[in-house]
Amino acid sequence: MPETGTRPTIGALEARASAGLNAPRISIRNLDFYYGANKALKAINLDLPDRQVTGMIGPSGCGKSTLLRCLNRMYDLYPGQRAVGEVLMDGENIIAPGVDLNNLRSRVGMVFQKPTPFPMTIHENITFGVKLHERPSKAEMEERVEWSLTRAALWDEVKDRLNTSATGLSGGQQQRLCIARTIAVRPEVILFDEPTSALDPISTLKIEELIDELKRDFTIAIVTHNMQQAARCADQVAFFYLGEMVEVGSATQMFTAPRERRTQEYITGRFG
Amino acid sequence: MSQTAAAARTDTARTGARHGSLGDSIFAALATGAGVFVLVLLGAIIVSLFIGGLPSFRAFGLGFLATSDWDPVQQIFGAMVPIYGTIVTSILALLMAVPIAFGTAFYLTELAPGWFRRPVGIAIELLAAVPSIIYGMWGFFVIVPIMADPIEPFLIDQFGDLPVIGALFQGPAFGTGIFTASLILAIMVLPFIAATMRDVFLTVPAVYKESAYGVGCTTWEVMRSIVIPYTRVSVVGGIMLGLGRALGETMAVTFVIGNTNRISSSLFGPGNTIASIVALEFPESAAGSLKLSSLLALGFILFVISFIVLAISRLLLRQKPMPGAKA
Repeated sequence: MPETGTRPTIGALEARASAGLNAPRISIRNLDFYYGANKALKAINLDLPDRQVTGMIGPSGCGKSTLLRCLNRMYDLYPGQRAVGEVLMDGENIIAPGVDLNNLRSRVGMVFQKPTPFPMTIHENITFGVKLHERPSKAEMEERVEWSLTRAALWDEVKDRLNTSATGLSGGQQQRLCIARTIAVRPEVILFDEPTSALDPISTLKIEELIDELKRDFTIAIVTHNMQQAARCADQVAFFYLGEMVEVGSATQMFTAPRERRTQEYITGRFG
Repeated sequence: MSQTAAAARTDTARTGARHGSLGDSIFAALATGAGVFVLVLLGAIIVSLFIGGLPSFRAFGLGFLATSDWDPVQQIFGAMVPIYGTIVTSILALLMAVPIAFGTAFYLTELAPGWFRRPVGIAIELLAAVPSIIYGMWGFFVIVPIMADPIEPFLIDQFGDLPVIGALFQGPAFGTGIFTASLILAIMVLPFIAATMRDVFLTVPAVYKESAYGVGCTTWEVMRSIVIPYTRVSVVGGIMLGLGRALGETMAVTFVIGNTNRISSSLFGPGNTIASIVALEFPESAAGSLKLSSLLALGFILFVISFIVLAISRLLLRQKPMPGAKA
């Protein structure tokens, strides 16, 4: 368990808001996205503040997951999907052609909706990604395994069974393993695509605490359908509707005084 | 109580409508019969082959397997040469076909542009549908001359002088022989293996591939670390399917293998397989002769070899259950 034992509340949210938002780590500028001829994102402008959590909310099909998949160019795997505009990271447009995708994905990690442990042992699940990008010594590698599993709040549960198959873990453990696997590569940004929607409430709580803990080191974007989750985790919240970003603001402002009527209606559960 | 009565009443009321229950039992009996029939058929084939081959087994004992003679004049028959030919041609065929099948499947599932996948996929299926006699004729009239000149002389020149493996590349370049038969077999089993591999590669959930790409894998790394482990079971299954076909293939092999009852150390030497010797010698065997019995015994052995192949593949596959099956 991470040291942040108490659960972030709206009070904590206000405390967070008073600290303000950091300088942007990723800047999205005029981003359009197409599935074939179908325009799924329209002129998105959004900054992801460094080492803070950006929550993306909105009804199904509003484009929030699509936006997430632009940030590590996962869409590139599929013919017919393309993005137009700019996604700036360290001043480099990462959606431009010629960007080294393997390197980009080592800098921008992703955790999926469904836990996806690789068909290997727990230990190999962690070392797998690391070995793709670095050649650490054996001792360094062991250290990295322990570090990432500890950061993912999984070490105590699996340290005696590192060489057993990862598919034998429970769903919540598998998801934390996927988080450990992602941070083991030491990315700068971590994308969470509804990371708890397949999990039970206790595992959900653990993942949320984990996200709160991870933002000390990583810039985080999380897509969620759960308003409370966005309120608990996010420093900044962006609301999407029908491919447009309706509104973005600090979590406090979004949940207490949204500027747009559609945001208010969505947050209060009147649609979506 | 009244409920039971009511239930009973509905039951009686329904009996009229339930004349289908007789149909049900008839259908169940027929289905069971069909299921049992397959087993009986299999058993009957094994038993009749064994009984047919029994005089030969009696005459030669286990030595039948280790004898390389096939001499109708002296009435000495041995199975070693055709067994050797069957196994060697099949394994060589797999060695040639599996890498190409893998490449085809990999290309079709991961690399090929969308519009190109269908034509290649259809071509594979058509290739699988070509009757084996066509492969035989094509092999004899097209491949054999090409093998005789320039391929075999070239290989003999290049590798014939090397120590150890040089022995594989010796002798006159007739064009027919073990190597050519393996090549034709490889072409014949390729579409089966490639189609199976393609189908099972497509069954890997996209989200697993994405998570591997997500930690920075290249396409090949995703293939090696995710797709192949996930589909290992079915991939081996597809290869076994090809092996099964290669072991029993008759017509195409008979055309190009040279049909000589001799074990040659050279890949280019002529030989035979169980299927080819049976096809060639069967019409010339008198009923009740030891030769006919030996051919039936060969058939029994081929059956056993196929069975062993199947059993080994099952055993291999059982050792590690399919990873991720739980997920």
